[in-house]
Amino acid sequence: MVKFNRFTLNNGLRVIVHEDNTTPMAVLNILYDVGARDEDPEQTGFAHLFEHLMFGGSANIPNYDGPLQRVGGENNAFTSNDITNYYITLPSANIETAFWLESDRMLNLAFSEKSLEVQRNVVIEEFKQRYLNQPYGDVWLKLRPIVYKQHPYRWATIGKTIKHIEDAKIEDVKAFFKKHYNPQNAIMVVGGDVKTEDIKVLAEKWFGSIPAGEKYVRNLPQEQPQKEERRETVTAKVPLNDVYIAFQMEGRVDESYYPVELMSDILSRGNSSRLYRNLVKEKHIFSEVHAYITGSLDKGMFVLEGKPLENISIEQAEEALWQELERLKNEDVPADELTKVKNKTEATMVFSEMSLLDKAMNLAFYELMGDADGFNHESARFLAVTAEQIRAHANTIFKRENSSTLVYLAQGVEEPVEVISE
Amino acid sequence: MSILNRKTPPQFNGVENINLIHPESTKLANGCNIFTFNSGDLDLVRIEWIFSNLRFDPKKPLLNVAVNTMLTEGTHNLTAAQIADKVDFYGAFLQVDYSYDLSQVTLFTLTKHLQATLPVVKDILTDSIFPEKELETFVRNQQQKLQVSLQKNDFVARRVFNRALYGETIYGLAAEPEDFKSLRREDLLTHYKQMYQPGNCNIIIAGKADPQILEAVTKTFEGAWGEVTTPADTTQPELQPSAERFIYLEKADALQSAIRIGTPFVNRTHPDFPGLQVLNTVLGGYFGSRLMANIREDKGYTYGIGSGMSSFKQTGAFFIASEVGADVCKAAVVEIEKEVNLLKDELIPEEELSLVRNFMLGSLLGSLENVLSHADKFKNLHFAGLDYDYYERYTQTVKNITAEELKALANKYFDFDNFYKVIVGKY
Repeated sequence: MVKFNRFTLNNGLRVIVHEDNTTPMAVLNILYDVGARDEDPEQTGFAHLFEHLMFGGSANIPNYDGPLQRVGGENNAFTSNDITNYYITLPSANIETAFWLESDRMLNLAFSEKSLEVQRNVVIEEFKQRYLNQPYGDVWLKLRPIVYKQHPYRWATIGKTIKHIEDAKIEDVKAFFKKHYNPQNAIMVVGGDVKTEDIKVLAEKWFGSIPAGEKYVRNLPQEQPQKEERRETVTAKVPLNDVYIAFQMEGRVDESYYPVELMSDILSRGNSSRLYRNLVKEKHIFSEVHAYITGSLDKGMFVLEGKPLENISIEQAEEALWQELERLKNEDVPADELTKVKNKTEATMVFSEMSLLDKAMNLAFYELMGDADGFNHESARFLAVTAEQIRAHANTIFKRENSSTLVYLAQGVEEPVEVISE
Repeated sequence: MSILNRKTPPQFNGVENINLIHPESTKLANGCNIFTFNSGDLDLVRIEWIFSNLRFDPKKPLLNVAVNTMLTEGTHNLTAAQIADKVDFYGAFLQVDYSYDLSQVTLFTLTKHLQATLPVVKDILTDSIFPEKELETFVRNQQQKLQVSLQKNDFVARRVFNRALYGETIYGLAAEPEDFKSLRREDLLTHYKQMYQPGNCNIIIAGKADPQILEAVTKTFEGAWGEVTTPADTTQPELQPSAERFIYLEKADALQSAIRIGTPFVNRTHPDFPGLQVLNTVLGGYFGSRLMANIREDKGYTYGIGSGMSSFKQTGAFFIASEVGADVCKAAVVEIEKEVNLLKDELIPEEELSLVRNFMLGSLLGSLENVLSHADKFKNLHFAGLDYDYYERYTQTVKNITAEELKALANKYFDFDNFYKVIVGKY
């Protein structure tokens, strides 16, 4: 049970305080309700590029990181298709420094051309490092546009292409800030060795005078139900063949999230899971195989992925995956197996309460979904799932006409050449 | 009410006291040590069984890894499937891990399920049989995984670098895909019996580690092991550093190059180690470091660059690592050299040094998030043969070391021309 207090400033900033006096540290987490899904299709990768620019100095503070490190703090941030999340960890005695820094960059950024130029380069290198210069690194660049035809989830957080990053202009940066980085578009969680009364005073002092700005009203094209089987095969310089099958599923706030998440656990969580046991250990089809869901706020993906052994054809590999899906459609999950995945989920929730930062991030995300207290009811919702629900959702999701299959065919790889020293 | 001054930072406080929790310890009659870190308010416990690795045989480089990884693959009483079922059913996590010096089994469980999961650990530590069928699966799958990893430039750079620094030792020799074929079940069994014995075992319990839990662990493991044969030989052969200091593996179509530059180094037991940690932090040990400020934040050559120090039982390493745009690889190496030499030529300004001091102390405080982190700090000490004075010396050094002393350390330890330099990609 994670206890918290909640209040809202006049400018719309929502604030949650979680007092945990077992630690000498504090965290300040700010979630901005903006992600890659809010981008212009011709300027993708922008939310993430913008996240980098948030560290390039603000209206009154030329350097963001230095003053924080000087008081013993650390920070980082991440961008997803749904949200952008910034967090600071520091000794609780210095919590005001976090308020000072975060409020100034919510108030206004410095918008320096130099910072934009450098961060464009840094993000381009990130694009290469994570998506282009790794075997299978480009899978999301390829798979998303197969699964999504209307919704902006059709591009990855990093962006569709490097070109979009190269073309980012300072005017675009300013407009993006004005549109999304407003108090009413943010949720702040302060946790750790703090008192709610003190946090109220600090929040009012540092954030209270920031103008509310205009409310961003999200109006995204929603993905229409898929009605035909989709497939793409690519030959690539990768060492092994690889098969991805993705299915559309409902978004994170839908009730079906709970049975469907447990269904992915039944398939793929731990060494006792079905895919590992049957397809890796027993039938020797794959060297590794996984199933997971994206947990997206809008319509999400249920993904199966496996690297077949060298003597296994792509057809055999796909057939083996489908057999497991058919079993979920045709047979109820046995009671023991359902209890098993519920126990695992329950234990994981308890373990996750050991990390202050995890708690803070979770409270912010559940508040975004409607109520921070949802975090405390998550276990109960998983425990209430029945075998009938799982079977019903398996039948809804695992249909050929709801599937998108992406196959990598290994074309042979480039072996490095040792070059004699200079 | 006055207008808010947003230009001036709020007052701040330095980190004064860092209190580390010390363990309770007992020794079982069979030689096994138990250390407990009890925090009563949790309903979960993490138990680690940690063993020193056996003396390395370069002809069988995979033996240690295979034995450790396959501990969960079957005992006389339990098949791999039954082990997995038991652990997963109770929502527990059973992990095996190996590093250069140590190998371990970790059980992470709600305390209410400890009685059900503990016997599984006892079984795998005292009675594993490494079934032939499971060994075949291991070989097949690990070979494929290695093939994928070998396509990653940073992975290859790390292997080549370690090989250059340490030669055909446990620190330097990484397996090739074909080495998997030479794994034999009999070798695994012999290795297992020599290594996984009580005299070579440290058990570390953290979380709810109250007397009942300690008693359950003691009861399970005091009589568990059979007769002890010969003590485990955990000595290691001499390191064999390579004479060649520049190694370039060219990949014609690389978009980025992995760079790894460094040298064998002192480890945690050396009196200079804490001071070198300060020096390392200035150079590349945090986001605001000189390498990041120059090569990422000023030049935009990379997504990330950093430096680090590894501390092993027998040796240590200092290294700088990055993946940079293939077209700017040479320029990046030039900048790295500049930054290393600057530490030798010029004093670190007090403003920068005080920032690094505060950052390091805050970071140490922040790393003590819960009782498990206190156990982790203890492991750093215990397996290096150090006691808690180390952290006292560390914090005193971080607070008090002078710019002159740091410059002297840089001159004593950094010789860029003599550093090993590995490039994988394009140069």
